Amino acid sequence: MFRLEARTSTPAWFNLALPLLAIGATLVLCSGLIALAGAGVIEAYGVMFAASLGDSYAITETLVRATPMIFTGLAVAVAFRAKFWNIGAEGQLLAGAVASCAVGAIPMPGPLAMLLMALAGAAAGAAVALIPATLRVKFKVDDVVSSLLLNSVIFYALMALIEGPWKDSFSGYPISPPIEDSANFPVLLEGTRLHLGVVAAFVAAPVIWFLIARTTLGFRIRVIGENPEAARYGGIHVERVLISTALLSGALAGLAGVSEVGGVHFQVMSDISPGYGYSGIVVAMLARLNPLGVMPAALFLAAVMTGAEAMSRATGVPAFLSDVIQGTALLAMLVALLFTAYRIRRVGAA
Amino acid sequence: MPAPLIEMRGISKSFGAVMANEAVDLSVAPGEILGLLGENGAGKTTLMNVLFGAYAPDAGEILVEGRPVTINNSADALAAGIGMVHQHFHLAPRLSVLENLLIGIPGKSGRIDRAGGLARLAEIGHQHGLTLDPDLPVSALSIGEQQRLEIVKALFRGARLLILDEPTAVLAPTEVDGLFSALRSMAAQGLGIIFISHKLNEVRALTHRCVVLRHGRVTGRVDAPASTTSSEMARLMCGHEIVPPARGPSTPGAAVLTLDGISTSRHSGMALRDVSLSVRAGEILGIAGVSGNGQRALAEVISGVRAPDAGRMTIAGKSVSRFSPREVQALGLGRIPEDRMTTGLVTNLPLADSMVLPRIGTGAFSRNGLLRPDAIHAFAEEQIKAYDIRCPGPMTRAGALSGGNLQKALLARELAFDPKVLIVSQPTRGLDIGAARFIHEKFLDMRARGCGIVVIGEDLEELLMLCDRIAVMYEGCIVGTLDSADATIARLGLMMTGAEGHS
Ligand SMILES: Nc1ncnc2c1ncn2[C@@H]1O[C@H](COP(=O)(O)OP(=O)(O)O)[C@@H](O)[C@H]1O
Ligand SMILES: [Mg+2]
Repeated sequence: MFRLEARTSTPAWFNLALPLLAIGATLVLCSGLIALAGAGVIEAYGVMFAASLGDSYAITETLVRATPMIFTGLAVAVAFRAKFWNIGAEGQLLAGAVASCAVGAIPMPGPLAMLLMALAGAAAGAAVALIPATLRVKFKVDDVVSSLLLNSVIFYALMALIEGPWKDSFSGYPISPPIEDSANFPVLLEGTRLHLGVVAAFVAAPVIWFLIARTTLGFRIRVIGENPEAARYGGIHVERVLISTALLSGALAGLAGVSEVGGVHFQVMSDISPGYGYSGIVVAMLARLNPLGVMPAALFLAAVMTGAEAMSRATGVPAFLSDVIQGTALLAMLVALLFTAYRIRRVGAA
Repeated sequence: MPAPLIEMRGISKSFGAVMANEAVDLSVAPGEILGLLGENGAGKTTLMNVLFGAYAPDAGEILVEGRPVTINNSADALAAGIGMVHQHFHLAPRLSVLENLLIGIPGKSGRIDRAGGLARLAEIGHQHGLTLDPDLPVSALSIGEQQRLEIVKALFRGARLLILDEPTAVLAPTEVDGLFSALRSMAAQGLGIIFISHKLNEVRALTHRCVVLRHGRVTGRVDAPASTTSSEMARLMCGHEIVPPARGPSTPGAAVLTLDGISTSRHSGMALRDVSLSVRAGEILGIAGVSGNGQRALAEVISGVRAPDAGRMTIAGKSVSRFSPREVQALGLGRIPEDRMTTGLVTNLPLADSMVLPRIGTGAFSRNGLLRPDAIHAFAEEQIKAYDIRCPGPMTRAGALSGGNLQKALLARELAFDPKVLIVSQPTRGLDIGAARFIHEKFLDMRARGCGIVVIGEDLEELLMLCDRIAVMYEGCIVGTLDSADATIARLGLMMTGAEGHS
């Protein structure tokens, strides 16, 4: 017989071992589905790997995919540290995309356009995140529910925009006008889609890590998340810090939208995000809310996404497997997190 | 002598390198109250958790009425007739008293046997004076009532041996009397009881026999606790004599903290009504009172966590205007909250973080919004050394420290900044003698160095020993202040009921 016993401390190597354990368990669990779909498990995973990490072009594609999820993963990690339950990164991303698209369509010198796009997108995301944070601080409204529901509101607002004023009058498609060519993010590697936003994401992660670990704001974010009462007693303005966290989180999610508009799509359409905001939650959890861990976690999910499409083409397993893997990875990680609080102990038969 | 109800033989249990229990033998007879005595960390809780099935022992056996048994979980323990009231209660706050009682009890044909439960509840209540309103939600019960419910729960499930882990640590003195009479009544009916405490006077008053643990091993057995001296038992517990500190004479200076006509609105708990007091440099002022008479509000106002509706407060001669933690700290106030775990520290973060928390924005620990990790680490390390805080280091999770070490850490984080006034609530609640003594000595030290100290407490013996003057609170007012030379426990007790006013 086995049972769980409470732990008093968690070894440091758990931070690495747990996500790997969760990913391993996910791949094992999902291999059952692949077999069920009538394909060879080794072959299917092989195709996935080749298509996402097999050559340098595949790697750049995976990096491009990972970029929005690094931003949303950071957004969620920052928010969850403060126990601000921001499930609204998706809506904040869309808001950022719309704002940056609007700015990018105005003719002006390229660098200035890119800078203003980033600022506008970050501000839009922050503004959206401010809503659930304010509702929570002022009226104790549950932030999970309000931030989640806002996603639909923003999505339909975006639809109204591209079906209405922004609709392409020429083709009749519900897509926004493109941004100026000069506002397109520069491509860093000829023949790939590796754009400036990718670099920005990989710079943002260590910057956010530094902010959380080494600044007084980061200290306050950590403390209000763990014990708001002790924080208040210690002289921290809990509500103020919560609002700052929400603004930061929303801005990061907004930047995910900016990067997709400026570096990948150059315009806004209804499927600009295949749920990158929600994937951000998986990424943040896999990373154990560590901003540096967000990078590998986002890369893993990106590899799964790019790989799943190729696998689907090659083996006939539906590409939905990518969603299943994401969901399973989140569940596996939540189970794995149990081991930070408990250990399994074998006891004699009863 | 009847056969022992429960016998533990050669029980050992280690956590990594820590030997929490080592070859412990212990037995309880029916009708016997056994005291289990030991300082914090001696292994009392671990031993009882082994008996209750929460931990599997590394070695040793457990016998119930002479038969060896294996106890793998609490269900096994309950089946063997063992009930336990933990230090932290296991109740569902939103459910009623009766519902909590009936959780996990199979009723007739899958339905909950409400009527049967009510009848048993009334019967148990009547027998031992453990009455409870069956329909009240647990969240509405006081700590003492929750504890009563835990005891009733164990009896309800047919416990013949009841383990109580430091039950008095959370009780007010008046509630302790009620608990003791219930325990005596249960013992009179043939129940065995294991009573854990590190308060010697309680153990001497209640138990028939004691086992003393130190560092996981039995260091003494006392067959007649009532006629054994406290100092003898303290020696078994700590391994050395404990001498109470002497409060020498002092010459108080100017007032360092004054409250003038402070009133608060009823926000949570008892409000303050026109409270005035003053503490001088080099003086310790005690605030006595039955808990719930406004002490919390008083501590909150002085600590800058709650602004009063009326009245003035000065610290070191300067008027307090905003009543924020930062303001009172900047004026020279040191604060130690009543609830170490929830208000004082952040249990899930490193100890160092908790130690710098109230002053994180000051130049000592940050500059231009950037933390100074080296300064933080060095500060924590220095205090750990200076106050002999037992822990692996500044990066230890604060929640892993024992109560005494937490209190030392909280004291260190304030005293390091040389406060002119210190406000502290229940400074030694839950601490063992050694740790309490350390805290008392620090207070007297600070007093000698000219710090004014306000000690809010319920332990009158402690207040009489520490304080130069004692003010008594009753229903949000200060009903009188005595020089401790004129104060006696009886007189203070009377004032605490509101019967006598004196100024
Ligand atoms: N779950 C645990 N993991 C590791 N160490 C523990 C655990 N529980 C208790 N200990 C250690 O065992 C010793 C005895 O603790 P405990 O039984 O709680 O003492 P007491 O109840 O007498 O204060 C202490 O040193 C404590 O730190
Ligand atoms: Mg204990």
